[in-house]
Amino acid sequence: MTVTRRSLKAFVALFSLPFTWAIVFMVVPYLVMISISFWSRQFPLFVPDFQFGNFIQLFSDPQYTTVILRTLKIALLVMAGAILLGYPLAYFLVFTVTSTRWRNLLYMSVIVPLWVSYLLRAYTWKIILGTNGALNSLMVSTGLISEPLSIFLYNQASMVITLVYIFIPFMVMPLVTVLDNIPKALIEASEDLGVGPFMTFWKVIFPLSLGGLVAGATMTFCLSFGDFVAPVLVGGPDGTMVANLLQSQFGAALNWPLGSALATLVLVLVLIVLRLSSRFDRAGHVSLA
Amino acid sequence: MRALRWWQKGMVGFSLMVLAFLYVPIAILVIFSFNDSAVTSFPLSGFTLRWYQAFLSNSQMLAALGNSLIVALCATALCLVLGVTAALALDRYRFPGKGLFQNVILLPLSLPGIVTGIAMLNFYKQIGIPQSLTAVVIGHATALLGIVVSQVMARLAKLDRRLLEASADLGATPVETFRRITLPSIRTSIIGSALLCFTLSFDEIPVTYFLTGREVTLPIYIYSTLRRGITPEINAVGSLIVAVSFVLVILSVTMLRDRR
Repeated sequence: MTVTRRSLKAFVALFSLPFTWAIVFMVVPYLVMISISFWSRQFPLFVPDFQFGNFIQLFSDPQYTTVILRTLKIALLVMAGAILLGYPLAYFLVFTVTSTRWRNLLYMSVIVPLWVSYLLRAYTWKIILGTNGALNSLMVSTGLISEPLSIFLYNQASMVITLVYIFIPFMVMPLVTVLDNIPKALIEASEDLGVGPFMTFWKVIFPLSLGGLVAGATMTFCLSFGDFVAPVLVGGPDGTMVANLLQSQFGAALNWPLGSALATLVLVLVLIVLRLSSRFDRAGHVSLA
Repeated sequence: MRALRWWQKGMVGFSLMVLAFLYVPIAILVIFSFNDSAVTSFPLSGFTLRWYQAFLSNSQMLAALGNSLIVALCATALCLVLGVTAALALDRYRFPGKGLFQNVILLPLSLPGIVTGIAMLNFYKQIGIPQSLTAVVIGHATALLGIVVSQVMARLAKLDRRLLEASADLGATPVETFRRITLPSIRTSIIGSALLCFTLSFDEIPVTYFLTGREVTLPIYIYSTLRRGITPEINAVGSLIVAVSFVLVILSVTMLRDRR
């Protein structure tokens, strides 16, 4: 119902607390961060100011542009990897697994890891890929290689693998939802008309699954773009990401205005991506369970 | 049932491999937590519980565990109070800015945690809240609020309005109607989202990293230990965290999916 004078009291009683909280601890902090991104630094102090120097520095200093471009590349690779692994899995769950019980069980086993310790799921790749790690020692003991290799860990590939591993469920969830909502009659009609399975997929299933694909791609891209743990644990010297830069601006480099500008950039990028993706079918939007 | 064609068999194989990809790393973590060797290498050296004992006698780690539990409990409680009232208001009333409000509280879930952490750090610095566990609790409650609101709202949307009207017609006060009609039908969504909030707050790193002071939570303790090197002790405590998280998350997901 619309809030009327009569219902106003009940509405205020319910809503004033969460509303105030969201304004004070969510909206205001983002605004403070955005405004500090225009401040200047006069070592060792940060001075309130309104200038675009921080943003200009981010876009012109190769030290920063390299990292931003690399992070974009990694995030796109993670997104692509998650699609390549996640789409067939989602298709399998919806169209190949016929027993409802099995499908629920398998679906559950895909999404549950998403909420299980993100730190430890990243960390385990460190013990798998390390020089003394599980993969190397397994290959040495089976005689596949004679010396442990150091090529597996601390590079961009290890970072992409780890991030794909962490974020795959975000791809599978919305895909399963949209694939499940495709009326089976459409697929049967296509088959009855003599269209082969690949053309049926391409002409019927794939277009109808785009909403889920976009939703999954958005989540994996946005979250891996700002990921904090993987670059530190499994990334190497050529793997500095935006999150590492942010960390150092608020740590050793001590330049909060520049760090805030970079964080604002991430915020704006994510908002643009979310806005673009919400133009697609809302059916694909992620529900948490 | 028709026999599977070659491409369907291929896809079954591929999907099973992806499922293995999801679980083998977790299995490796658990296996090495019981392995009697300081390095995480094959072949395995034998069964031991000493890494678990090492964890139990590491007072710093236990203190961090205690901090994590307190933070997660407080953050979850805050999330529930704020989230359930917000969901009730959003479900029942239409008002200007409603859509915007919903989008804003969901934002921290799709925004990398580091941005939320930095925003709050800037804000705290300006108003003079010191970095501390209290700051972390506020940060978590804010970042995870969207989970409770979205899940409880989804359940409220399925509630039969006629029940509420009937209850009011029969003379029940709004509080009574809430207690006897609304609450029972949204209970599992509240418990489910609370379990999820608890697990996520317990594991949270990016927001915590920027907001915590001298006292650290368990993930931050592990994270800073890992930057110095690997110890099998981490495998032990990690396996415990993973095991408990699995139980909580399965319970949570089951309750959130329950849509009678």
